[in-house]
Amino acid sequence: MDWYPLWNSIRIAAIATVAVFFLGLLAAYYIARLPRLVKGLLDVVLTLPLVLPPTVVGWLLLCLLGPRRPLGAWAQSVFGLRLVMTWWSAVFASVAVAFPLMYRTARGAFESFDETLAEAGQTLGLSNAYLFWRVRMPCCRQGILAGTVLAFARALGEYGATSMLAGYTPGRTATISTTVYQLWRTGDDAGAMGWVLVNVALSAVFLLALNLLERRRSGRGGGA
Amino acid sequence: MALSVKIQKRLGNFHLAVQFEAGDETLALLGASGCGKSVTLRCIAGIMTPDEGKIVLDGVTLYDSAAGINLPPQRRRVGYLFQQYALFPNMTVRQNIAAVIRDRSAKESRTRELLRRFRLEEVAALRPGQLSGGQQQRTALARILAAEPRAILLDEPLSALDSFLRQQLELELAETLGSFSGTVLWVSHDRGEAFRNCRRVCVLDDGRSQEVRTLEELFRSPDTEAAARLSGCENFLDVLPAGETVSVPAWGVTLACRRPVPAELRRIGIRARHVLPAGAGAENALPCRVLRVVEDVFSTVVLLELQGAASGAPPLRMELDRTARKSPVGAYLTVSVQPEHILFLREPQQEE
Repeated sequence: MDWYPLWNSIRIAAIATVAVFFLGLLAAYYIARLPRLVKGLLDVVLTLPLVLPPTVVGWLLLCLLGPRRPLGAWAQSVFGLRLVMTWWSAVFASVAVAFPLMYRTARGAFESFDETLAEAGQTLGLSNAYLFWRVRMPCCRQGILAGTVLAFARALGEYGATSMLAGYTPGRTATISTTVYQLWRTGDDAGAMGWVLVNVALSAVFLLALNLLERRRSGRGGGA
Repeated sequence: MALSVKIQKRLGNFHLAVQFEAGDETLALLGASGCGKSVTLRCIAGIMTPDEGKIVLDGVTLYDSAAGINLPPQRRRVGYLFQQYALFPNMTVRQNIAAVIRDRSAKESRTRELLRRFRLEEVAALRPGQLSGGQQQRTALARILAAEPRAILLDEPLSALDSFLRQQLELELAETLGSFSGTVLWVSHDRGEAFRNCRRVCVLDDGRSQEVRTLEELFRSPDTEAAARLSGCENFLDVLPAGETVSVPAWGVTLACRRPVPAELRRIGIRARHVLPAGAGAENALPCRVLRVVEDVFSTVVLLELQGAASGAPPLRMELDRTARKSPVGAYLTVSVQPEHILFLREPQQEE
């Protein structure tokens, strides 16, 4: 059995999760302090990828990143890079669909953060960066961790947009999800079954991790 | 060494216009809730920005709208004691204090010194959630002093506590502030707390500050209704001046004041404990009927209805010792108010 799809899937999900982690935190931090109308509008736009069918997200991304589209043409002329049909094209797709999960969970955590802690820190001379990383983040740790795990799980399971952006090339762009589809389509039920089991095992591990995190959070809440 | 504040800020319908100066003292900012005390402190600390004005602390301009100066809170050196102390819950007592000491080489020794001074050595490794109220307050104070502030702001520091703990923490707080050499602003709605801990007071009424005066003056001769209310006065009446007397239209009586009454006087105050049972011939005798009798811890409050008063006229509150002889509800009795106990109140000044 060629293990490339497993390695490729994890690699894509990991890179996407790192990107989504920082993007989601930044968005949550800055959007939380915007005026209500702008906040509501941005909230809708940033959460759309969560509710839109992945094929619609894929189509929209192709409109942006395709070789003859604005970003795609720019990358091609400046860096000589093709943004679609490579293994890392799937990162764009995974970031787009996983971002809303991180953003919403982090925003929920930030909104329950007691702002007087940050205000007190400022009057004590502590920098905003220190307060963000050493006070706000630790206080919101559980929510942010949960958001990260959710984002990783979603990125790992991404199929629709990925198949449109990265296609299926064995040994190059194949991920677990595209491989299962390809094997089933070509009638290789045993092969598909193998990858299904791998996927189920992987997802179970992450859901277990998520449950453990949530149990620890509720346990702490009751004991404090 | 002093703090001078003159700021304005609009928040929706609320308009804050505050002006006062404080030296190296503990100045009370006294006002009912919602009068703008916290907003004032937040503007001084730099957590909020006023619309216009100027704030100068020890010769350093913290904020000046005309000159475009607005120092970030980090550079103002203004300590702020929050009601809930705002200790970082993810850090131990020691870490909370050490985090704000700027001088790295002195961090260790300064932290140890503050832990000892505030009797926190035994709880240094605990987190804020594991501390008692007193320990939390001491940690918060130690942390504020660790940042070496030029001024300290106290935002109703004791109002979240029950009365026993409150007395104890008030003493500790006063002790700590006694050894602090800069300006302290003590925000409170409790006249007793202000009286015990401050010599001078600035009264805030609906976003407007009144002249800074001593607390003794405030209690002896409050000059506005807000000041009178904060000093514990309960009876307020609309009046019309008439020579050395005032007439009270709602009661249909005239009260002797035995001193010239300002022509623009429209409102007076009478403290409940200055209303005394009297004979029918006494000066300012007021025939009344008892409406209600309320037993308090150390006194009895009697609500009286003036005979011949217009309907809807405010009742008169009388405060008696618990041991005094009381009239039952519905009984008739005569009370009087000494002329010198009638407080003349002026409209708060409208400054723009």
